[in-house]
Amino acid sequence: MAAGQFILAQRLTWRMAVADDLPQNGLVAVVKRDCPTCVLAAPVLGDLARNVGLTVYTQDDPSFPETVPGRIDDTGLDVSHRLKIEIVPTLIRFAAGREVARTYGWDRGEWQRLTGIAEFGRDLPDARPGCGARNVEPGVIERLKIRFNETGLSSRRIEIGEDEDEQEAMFARGWSDGLPLVPPTEERVLRMLDGTARDPQEVVGQVPPALAAATVEKIAINAVMAGCKPEYLPVVLAAVEAVLEESFAMHGVLATTMFVGPVVIVNGPVRRGIGMNAKGNALGQSNRANAAIGRALQLVIRNIGEGRPQEVDRATLGNPGKLTYCFAEDEEGSSWEPLSVERGLKPGQSAVTVFAGYGLQGIVDQKSRDPESLAKSFAGSLKALSNVKHAPSCDALLVVCPEHHRTFKNAGWSKARLYEELYRLCEIPGGELVAGARGIAEGGPQSLDGKIVNKFRPGGLMIVRAGGDAGMFSGIIAGWSAGGPRGSLPVTKEVRN
Amino acid sequence: MTVLLDPTSERSPTIRPRLPRPERLDGLTIGILDIAKSRGDVFLHRLGERIAERGIAVKHYAKPTNTRVAPLPLRQQIAAEVNLVIEGLSD
Repeated sequence: MAAGQFILAQRLTWRMAVADDLPQNGLVAVVKRDCPTCVLAAPVLGDLARNVGLTVYTQDDPSFPETVPGRIDDTGLDVSHRLKIEIVPTLIRFAAGREVARTYGWDRGEWQRLTGIAEFGRDLPDARPGCGARNVEPGVIERLKIRFNETGLSSRRIEIGEDEDEQEAMFARGWSDGLPLVPPTEERVLRMLDGTARDPQEVVGQVPPALAAATVEKIAINAVMAGCKPEYLPVVLAAVEAVLEESFAMHGVLATTMFVGPVVIVNGPVRRGIGMNAKGNALGQSNRANAAIGRALQLVIRNIGEGRPQEVDRATLGNPGKLTYCFAEDEEGSSWEPLSVERGLKPGQSAVTVFAGYGLQGIVDQKSRDPESLAKSFAGSLKALSNVKHAPSCDALLVVCPEHHRTFKNAGWSKARLYEELYRLCEIPGGELVAGARGIAEGGPQSLDGKIVNKFRPGGLMIVRAGGDAGMFSGIIAGWSAGGPRGSLPVTKEVRN
Repeated sequence: MTVLLDPTSERSPTIRPRLPRPERLDGLTIGILDIAKSRGDVFLHRLGERIAERGIAVKHYAKPTNTRVAPLPLRQQIAAEVNLVIEGLSD
């Protein structure tokens, strides 16, 4: 018998044994000593055991309750789990092997109704709420589901030998981006899946280049490895959905020799709900949520899609953001609508936007105090992207820091106004772009001469606000040279729980 | 024993496959590692000569003792300098 079959057979035997232990008829109580209400009800449990027959299962201390001599040790919690106990004490009546009534906590009227006995517990208060059962405690419930083969998880199990280092085993299988991973045990993956109401077997999309199905479960496994908390999972799922939209062209973004990878921008209440960073170092080492969400997306592409460097990922240099590139927009205190609202979602909706981008080019401007000057500063830096001789060039994501935003806000410039001015300021005389012009062989055809060419396609610029409160340092995240409809378009998706 | 859930598309075996053998030796460099077993050096030296006669680059290495694994610097040197390794495992 293979090891897996043996474990399954053992589990089934266990389950039948548990079911056999329960009485066909009569009363069952589940209690624990670490529950003041159970301690309070202990005399009543003793009375019921003596007078009408009561089977008591104890969750934590086999010597409790002392009032019931025949109490049964359920410290393994098998019976509690099978009975789906959530609160202790729980009192259940069975008839012909089936549960016919249940109550929990101490409530004299309820207990009298369920037992059919009119007089007991006179010395006790009328009612007391119960306590949480041990079998549903975090960490315990997952182990019980695994023991009883109830996880619903369908991924292949990989056994790591006792003497094998888990990290090295994962590295050896190629699962890592080069950094250590959180081992995706069944317990951890189950807890991760608590972060979403979606069916673990729901297929979110086909991940290139292998075009393998990304189920919610597979994404959760990669989210565990990336270091995510369960509450991050809806954002990870939305990011995966977004990059798998055809218009994002994830295969091309992956396979290109250029630098890009998915950059994830998060908007809406989920940002603060899960503790994302939109302030100082928003694009830096930042914090767990920013780092783990972006990393989870990359691990999904690596492990489910088989998109690995020096295989289908042909990037010449890549960029450090291909480990993780995720941040939140600083919406609080902004006079501008959030990126997600600009892209069609409602205010207050949580959303992710993905952009095929790379790196960060700083815009240092500590002297501009009017929006006209600052916009020119921005445009000058934007015009250098990819190559000063390229236009139309790549798309770009402009990250405006709070101190620069203040200049626009004080002057009453909307985001739309800034877009308008930047597009106008990014017009370039075609003669400057011709190959050989300015002593640079790179460039476009002679036919550009005499024309005005914009650095960006219409819609090729996106603006968000992020960063620490101090410092007149905005940034540009450059896009793929194949940005736009012929390549990758940014995609925005609502975050759903 | 730890049980992990497979994060991949499950299209490859869980046991790491051996590296594929090269189809041709032309252009490759072969390392010959003497693990310090008795007379292994004689056999490996002759083997190196035969390979070199075919115009294939050969580099010779030796472990200080057969009782211990090769020192890390030696392993790293071999990994950096050659494409495949031949070693004699017995007397």
